[in-house]
Amino acid sequence: MRKLLLPGMIIVSAILIIARLFYLQIIDDTFKLKSENISIKIKYDYPERGYIYDRHGELLVANQPSYDIMVVPREIKTLDTLEFCNLLHITKEDFIKKIEKAVVYSPMLPSVFLGQLNKLEYAAFQEKERKFEGFYIQKRSLRDYQIDAGANVFGFITQANEAIIKRNPYYKSGDLLGKQGVEETYETELRGIKGVKHIQRDRFNREIGPYKEGRFDTIAVQGKDITLTIDAELQKYGEALMKNKRGGIIAIEPSSGEILALVTAPSYNPAILVGRQRSRNYTKLYNDSLAKPLYDRSLLAEYPPGSPFKILTALAGLQVQAIDTSSSFVCNHGFSYGRGRFMRCHCGGGVRKLHMGIAKSCNAYFGNTYLRTINKFATPSEGVDVWSGHVKSFGLGQFMGYDLPTGRRGNIPTSKTYQKAYPNGGWRATAIVSNSIGQGEVLMTPIQLANMMATVANQGYYYTPHIIKKIKGQQIDKKFRTKHVTTIDKKYFKPVIEGLSEVFKTGTAYFLNVEGIEICGKTGTAENFAKINGKKVQLADHSIFVAFAPKENPKIAIAVLVENGGFGSTTAGPITTLMIEKYINRKITQKDREKRVLEKSLQSEYNKFTRKFIDSMYKLKVKKDSVTRVLSKKKADSIKKATKTV
Amino acid sequence: MKNQSVSNNIDWITISLYVALVTLGWMTIYSADMTPNSAYYFDFNQNYGKQLIFIAFTVLLIIVILTIDAKFYERFASVLFGSSLLLLAGLFLFGKTIAGQRCWYAIGGFTLQPSEFAKAATALALAKYLSDPQINLKNLNHQILALLIMGLPILLILPQPDPGSALIFMMFILVLNREGLPTWYLWSGFGAVVLFVMSLLLKPQYVILISFILVALHYFKSRRINRNIIASALVFIAMAGFTLSVDYVFENVFKQHHRDRFNILLGKEVDMSGVGYNTNQSEIAIGSGGWLGKGYLEGTQTKGNFVPEQHTDYIFTTVGEEWGFAGSSVLVLLFVALILRVIYLAENQKTKFSRVYGYGVAAVLFTHFFVNISMVIGIFPTIGVPLPFLSYGGSSLWGFTILLFIFVKMDANKVNEW
Repeated sequence: MRKLLLPGMIIVSAILIIARLFYLQIIDDTFKLKSENISIKIKYDYPERGYIYDRHGELLVANQPSYDIMVVPREIKTLDTLEFCNLLHITKEDFIKKIEKAVVYSPMLPSVFLGQLNKLEYAAFQEKERKFEGFYIQKRSLRDYQIDAGANVFGFITQANEAIIKRNPYYKSGDLLGKQGVEETYETELRGIKGVKHIQRDRFNREIGPYKEGRFDTIAVQGKDITLTIDAELQKYGEALMKNKRGGIIAIEPSSGEILALVTAPSYNPAILVGRQRSRNYTKLYNDSLAKPLYDRSLLAEYPPGSPFKILTALAGLQVQAIDTSSSFVCNHGFSYGRGRFMRCHCGGGVRKLHMGIAKSCNAYFGNTYLRTINKFATPSEGVDVWSGHVKSFGLGQFMGYDLPTGRRGNIPTSKTYQKAYPNGGWRATAIVSNSIGQGEVLMTPIQLANMMATVANQGYYYTPHIIKKIKGQQIDKKFRTKHVTTIDKKYFKPVIEGLSEVFKTGTAYFLNVEGIEICGKTGTAENFAKINGKKVQLADHSIFVAFAPKENPKIAIAVLVENGGFGSTTAGPITTLMIEKYINRKITQKDREKRVLEKSLQSEYNKFTRKFIDSMYKLKVKKDSVTRVLSKKKADSIKKATKTV
Repeated sequence: MKNQSVSNNIDWITISLYVALVTLGWMTIYSADMTPNSAYYFDFNQNYGKQLIFIAFTVLLIIVILTIDAKFYERFASVLFGSSLLLLAGLFLFGKTIAGQRCWYAIGGFTLQPSEFAKAATALALAKYLSDPQINLKNLNHQILALLIMGLPILLILPQPDPGSALIFMMFILVLNREGLPTWYLWSGFGAVVLFVMSLLLKPQYVILISFILVALHYFKSRRINRNIIASALVFIAMAGFTLSVDYVFENVFKQHHRDRFNILLGKEVDMSGVGYNTNQSEIAIGSGGWLGKGYLEGTQTKGNFVPEQHTDYIFTTVGEEWGFAGSSVLVLLFVALILRVIYLAENQKTKFSRVYGYGVAAVLFTHFFVNISMVIGIFPTIGVPLPFLSYGGSSLWGFTILLFIFVKMDANKVNEW
């Protein structure tokens, strides 16, 4: 008897559970709530989107109320179209087009008829809402930007499109969601969860109260406020410095990987992408295919980095013991390698060791270092792979895993790259020597450059760059608190940092000193070409500058890229030092330099390209026209001929 | 008889059921975790990724458990029990508080819940105690000691507060009952529960009246020789006193959220946005499953994250929604098969020690299974206990694995006993 008690209980429980399941899942159909059910009206309660603050707690993005007019096409009764259109300032054609669009989406489900009304329009419509059956007003909140900067950081809010609705059942027609920037990355946190109310209606479509005592209703969950690592003042200053130029600035706090400023130029005022003028403005930004204001250059601009890459050439050389700090090479205004090929150098020539090699950015020194590094190993393949491994440990050649939705991998070649390029083998270190000075197959984005500097500042480790500092009531991703250690020993960073500091004393940026701050930096100049009319045309060089400061206990690591800005020290250099001074001292002593930068415009430079481009397009068109003319003439002739023979 | 290898005698039916449940569990956690915003690549920071690591670790655990000599568990039962009590007591000093409950140790990035491991230790201790041939559960002293073994962990767990785990330990009474504890213990416990629920539903005077009628009926129906007017009166007074005290306990000892849970279950209160939210949402999710469910990874309630705690205590809702009546019944049957199999094996053990332990395993698994699923489908108040082998969490998975596999080892070793 005692033996049977537990087995008995188990069997009884199982029967009880299965019976209950049968009731819940098969018999009781109140649980199979269907959205097509015409007698139930679904009302959403949209929570307010979370606020966005900067690292010092300054409010950057808040909300303002907005109102959408929703329509359920099937419920429209005859209405005074004229009155309706006048009230909302739309034409009758608009009206018909919008209704047709709504019907295509669904005759039974609500969709947005007219979005983002302001308070006045809302008040006017609300008064007469009951006259227009099938239409109702849905309240939402829109962004209210407190600063005129950081458009690329924030991203914008847009209506969920068909593709998103199909992929994610949370979103319904008319729902808003974040696109680009932190609005996209932290969409789930910022938006909260909308509440749903099911309202029972009788056969006259009158609402008679909550459906099933509201057991299917859910409560809205407020969006979470987030704090960014951005320093709003620095961000604004960076955008001001980049006026009338194209390029990007990215500043990182080395000790934490926090992004202090993320500037892309040209940019736009985030406020223009709010409200009813949004779609017109967006189209304008989207169609600007030359300046590309929606393209975040600080994350996406992938270029051969040029001289800043020499830092890594030196570190890799030291690590594999191809060189030491006293190795010296002779620079004859360049150096020749393999079969009469010659790499030019503007450093002034002479005997170069590591320290002055960095300071003067001597191509010959780094070309030789690179050859020694690769030749240290039995085969060039092995050498390239070891070198590539060291360089990649700085986060290059990969998406770094930062919390912004766009990015580029960059490129660090490996032996595979060259096996593909030289399928018959036979390539040697000399064939790929341009990698040593950041040309060749090497590609980097500004954020990778800044991260490289942060790693050098930390003497061998970095934290994945990130823009989130705090999410209310939630921890930030653990990966942003994990140290990434490079494959280069700490001791090799010291001499390289000394060289970077020399750059500001006697090197390529000696005239860019800042009173009271010891900066370590490196200039860079990237050649760039455009294909115009099928021909490769050389354009003005891109100006690049990377730096960190102060030398002891660094607070900021920065990379600046100015497209077609010339030498690294002419445009990007002054911007870098101004940013550093602004961040560390909070005020600017180098007033002249600031004025020069603010006034500098590269527009004429960009117009040149545009002119060339348009010219080539014109030529192309002329050519095409003449070809067509000739062809049509031939055709006409042949027809004439044919008729003649007949 | 010669010593035989474990793999020859291992009960492969139990193992297969275990593997089936763990696999199903992981698939379900994966589904509950995959919201449309999730990354498309495999992420070890997500719950499903972590659970996979936990599962990988159980393989190691199983190997260790099966390698250790079966006699070890008997010999070291008291040591294991003692250390698990220490671990429980240590929570008051070093424990980490999550959601108001101080039940975890934080080690690195992970948290460990000692009560999950105390279940196996207590089952071992009970088995060890009862397997002593001199122990007889008809003897009052022995009864008290046995109840004490069962009660010590409860005393340490209740103030954490973790009523769910405490409830599990109480069900060791089923083991004692099997081993000869007088049945009236069980009946009075059962009676107390019935009286408790009745007192909440009805006015106390009606309950007292019903008790009087029941006691009187029992008195007059029993044979004249067995009638004992004093005993019957005492029973009646106890019932009346209990009824009156329930009101007091309910209003003054229980916390508001406990009261709410009972009120919702008894249909005395309807509040679908507040405290009834969990149960309501889980019923909707399960109810929307229908015969065959919406298909794996297709559950709309699951994807919309409507059910709170879905990957832990409410994991069954995902099964109900995505696999429907068919799938959830199969899961229920899998559990029933596993528990009945353990009982069957327990009854066939040659030593009392392993029989009592096996029975303990069955009792723990059954209680978890019943309390968890009944809560999720709304026939039991909301008490947080995990569903064995399915719910997300390292501690519970390891706890149940250890519990079960110690028994598997004992069973495999049966041929060496005589």
